[in-house]
Amino acid sequence: MEIKKIDNYRWELPKTGDMRVPGIIYATESMLKAEKQKEPLKQVANVATLPGILKASMAMPDMHWGYGFPIGGVAAFDWESGIISPGGVGYDINCGVRLATTSLLEKEVRPKLENLVNALFRGIPTGVGSKGSIKLSVPEEKKVLQMGSRWAVSRGLGEALDLEHTEDGGCMPNADPGVISQRALERGLRQLGTLGSGNHFLEIGVVEAIYDTPAAQAFGLFEGQITVMLHTGSRGLGYQICDDFLAFMTKHVKKLGIDLPDRQLACASIQSKEGMRYYNAMACAANYAWTNRQILMHHSREILYRVLGMSPRDLNMKLLYDVCHNIAKKEVHVIDGKKQTVCVHRKGATRSFPPGHEDLCDQYRPVGQPVIIPGDMGTASYVLAGTEKAMQETFGSTCHGAGRVLSRKAAKKASKGRAIHRELEDKGILVKWTGRSTLAEEIPEAYKDISQVVEVVHEAGISKKVAKLRPIGVVKG
Amino acid sequence: MNTQVLSKKDLLGRMTKKYNLIDHTADFGIHVYGSDSKELFANAAWAVFDIITEIDQLAGLDSCHIELSGDDWSDLMVNWLREVLYLWNGKELLVKKARILSLSETELSATVELDSFNPDRHVIKTEIKAVTYHQIQVNSGPSGWEAMIIFDI
Repeated sequence: MEIKKIDNYRWELPKTGDMRVPGIIYATESMLKAEKQKEPLKQVANVATLPGILKASMAMPDMHWGYGFPIGGVAAFDWESGIISPGGVGYDINCGVRLATTSLLEKEVRPKLENLVNALFRGIPTGVGSKGSIKLSVPEEKKVLQMGSRWAVSRGLGEALDLEHTEDGGCMPNADPGVISQRALERGLRQLGTLGSGNHFLEIGVVEAIYDTPAAQAFGLFEGQITVMLHTGSRGLGYQICDDFLAFMTKHVKKLGIDLPDRQLACASIQSKEGMRYYNAMACAANYAWTNRQILMHHSREILYRVLGMSPRDLNMKLLYDVCHNIAKKEVHVIDGKKQTVCVHRKGATRSFPPGHEDLCDQYRPVGQPVIIPGDMGTASYVLAGTEKAMQETFGSTCHGAGRVLSRKAAKKASKGRAIHRELEDKGILVKWTGRSTLAEEIPEAYKDISQVVEVVHEAGISKKVAKLRPIGVVKG
Repeated sequence: MNTQVLSKKDLLGRMTKKYNLIDHTADFGIHVYGSDSKELFANAAWAVFDIITEIDQLAGLDSCHIELSGDDWSDLMVNWLREVLYLWNGKELLVKKARILSLSETELSATVELDSFNPDRHVIKTEIKAVTYHQIQVNSGPSGWEAMIIFDI
């Protein structure tokens, strides 16, 4: 596959064959040359063949092989003539991260860290088959699907400010529980307020470095500060919705006469009844995921009060921001100097809106949207801010994390005979986990170097570095 | 139907095992083998639960009947595995064995033996979250049937 260099951090996959637009990849030369990147590049090209795609099929530096669409992929389709694709969002709809700040310093938490990690591990349901603390009836579940985070806050599981600091206020208004299956509803009943397994986690971190003082101040970040980060999504409900619509759209797409290079790219016209059904079902899962993260953060807050013996006022644990990684959204972008309504698919990519954007709350409007980029459990995470260049180039999008480089099997092999939790302990990181192979599969070397990924998006200008966080306590499913 | 030339490793796998694991960066999948189509589909369901749990520890306490359709062999395979996986992800039932009663390229009828998940009796080794269409293949050749299926885990 021919690739043309645009500059040190951007590469063009020229339009060939059925591609309607070129591909643009954000990466360094060495990242691009890695053997493993051949398949994702083909996927970038496949996405470029879909009807209504605008400008380019894009991939962020954390790109890796997904199903149909690559993970780390961004693609926008014309709202009138374009398509919407469940595979362009992914199974875990609105998988995302949120970061909360506290008034605490590392030295104040260190002596109680073990108690704290243990208490969080006990208090936050993790792992396969775990059940949440919230008992839902179907009518109540439907309210969750329509209201999103507002449901949690209305039940006392959060504060008004939490909503302001959540992408879209934690609610996509088009959610329609009437279009999702009984199976999806059933799976959603038991799992609200659960972390799940795999790469999902809760992490206590420390602000290790500040790169942009005005933005850090606006975000309420300072060096040495303790933070709490959560990574989870819409659990079984989101998976079921994706699966149901993939099955349906695989058949539907044949009727449209769209010849797909990969079945997992199944899609529907956004403006069709079928396309809108998916959009409204996806919004249900997005709202469920925001509610889930809101509830988990609320429980974590209460655990911190209890274990550290602090009042809410003294702990001052505030949601910095909550961003989604897997989503399709109706947004307005400027293309060739003209405003256009588009459906942006971000699959393993984060929104990165610039300073002054009307969707940002007053507190963040001067500096841009907070972008939270989790790394692997043993290295670092970053807080970035959205930029104007992201609006111009990537439909207001940036990377979402480190991206896997080792398969789970290879990771297990690499960790054979090692006590991963001890290795982490030696680095000052306490970890508690549920799954029998979770730690082995999630070893730091299974992921790309997060600093390199962040460097690419920073240097390319599609988001800018604000702060670096170092993990000290991790709870995994 | 494609007839594929099998590598030595695949041939060996076919002769000795019901399935082999495939390594995939983000997730993983299986190569499944069967002497005929029915055995292939039964082995595919068995493989899913062999990956999820210690399948030998399961008791076939209950059973259920499954009927489904698909557009072609590949679609039918994905739909079949989706259905058996839903028993676990949606209903916390583990499948000990699947018996394929009748099978064509577009229709399947089967009974499966089930055990209700009990954390005291069952180990969950790996969580399979979804069956994908990604690189799906169902092929038959002179020496039998095989399929490739990628899972989201």
